[in-house]
Amino acid sequence: MTNNLTLLRGVQAINWNRITDQVDSDVWDRLTSNFWLPEKVPLSNDVPSWRTLKPHEQLMTTRVFTGLTMLDTIQGTVGAVSLIPDARTPHEEAVYTNIAFMESVHAKSYSSIFSTLISTTEIDDAFRWSEENEYLQRKAQIILDFYYGDDPEKRKVASTMLESFLFYSGFYAPMYWSSRAKLTNTADLIRLIIRDEAVHGYYIGYKLQRALAEADQSRRDELKDYTFELLYELYDNEESYTEDLYDPLGLTEDVKMFLRYNANKALMNLGYEALFPKDAVAVSPAILAALSPNADENHDFFSGSGSSYVMGKAVNTEDEDWDF
Amino acid sequence: MRVVYFSSASENTHRFIQKLGVDADRIPLHPSEEPLAVSQPYVLVVPTYGGGSTGGAVPKQVIRFLNDPDNRSLIRGVISAGNTNFGEAYCLAGDIVAAKCHVPLLDRFELLGTPDDVERVRERLSHP
Repeated sequence: MTNNLTLLRGVQAINWNRITDQVDSDVWDRLTSNFWLPEKVPLSNDVPSWRTLKPHEQLMTTRVFTGLTMLDTIQGTVGAVSLIPDARTPHEEAVYTNIAFMESVHAKSYSSIFSTLISTTEIDDAFRWSEENEYLQRKAQIILDFYYGDDPEKRKVASTMLESFLFYSGFYAPMYWSSRAKLTNTADLIRLIIRDEAVHGYYIGYKLQRALAEADQSRRDELKDYTFELLYELYDNEESYTEDLYDPLGLTEDVKMFLRYNANKALMNLGYEALFPKDAVAVSPAILAALSPNADENHDFFSGSGSSYVMGKAVNTEDEDWDF
Repeated sequence: MRVVYFSSASENTHRFIQKLGVDADRIPLHPSEEPLAVSQPYVLVVPTYGGGSTGGAVPKQVIRFLNDPDNRSLIRGVISAGNTNFGEAYCLAGDIVAAKCHVPLLDRFELLGTPDDVERVRERLSHP
């Protein structure tokens, strides 16, 4: 591991009027239009709901959030920044600075949740747990080793794994509570984070694919082997992490479905085919509906609570309608 | 049934179409390219640029293609790609085009599609 500080050399004034990769510009626009801050989410409305959780359910939830804080901190302070020196365009560099800042917003938003729901002592206990949990520390170390390493493509693979796979053992918990109509404002905030991470994973994976397109076959083979080995290593660790957190609630097997479902998506973001078959990624429909109201074909029409239910109005299409 | 599709530089949708192995026309990526004009009925496969406001969910190249009344009159159905992580915007482009053109949203899949997605969509296209 090297401790030398690597900074970009040969900086030129960035010209946004000369775009060489349209994806840079599209992703910048998407990320900036998605910008948000935790203060806009009315988290305090969740206080009555939080009090209905049993002590072991509260403990699991706070631990999950410190784990997520850890990953966001790594990605904001090291991960996204480490990608800047190898960027292919100046616009890609700028996108990484946006990603880095948003990860810091995400990390801070967990502190907003904590200060709303739990005491200072409980917050301190949860952070101590995150420092001492071997599985959380192990996944952080695996990823950080590649961030500090000297292979720019492996750094992108590790980064996409973090964005598109490693977060999901944690994201399961707020989606689970939301599906049971608990902590719904917290879930709204988490959905904003999930949306951001989806763009990040897509973009970093895309940049890896650009590099692979220029590499020779032996290098492509090397990176593909590395990607799948890394996935297996991380997945084994995620299973243990998941058992640690969710066994007391009896949710572990369903969380593992969610892990594999997202592992497939991480691979697809990197341009590889999905690994786990259909039966291994059968996420419970309630979780999928909490994640994406639009994904549930059997939306509960009469509840009126789903955000996907909007009263429809029929209008005839005119040519001008297409001028949008 | 023929397929018309759009795919961004990420090539996700393009790779899904390759796996389908059906006759397909690609809507051009760059405005400088010759616009696509179709003469047979088709199913449109469109990715969603999701997240945030619903504006901009349909790629502008697809809007341009559908702005041609001849192209629009031949659409028979739509299939959308997306990512459930975009929440309400999951495959939203498919819903928008289906509503605007009064055609059914036939199917949805994520990113480049799993083997199960490919098989299901292929089956659906062969029995229109």
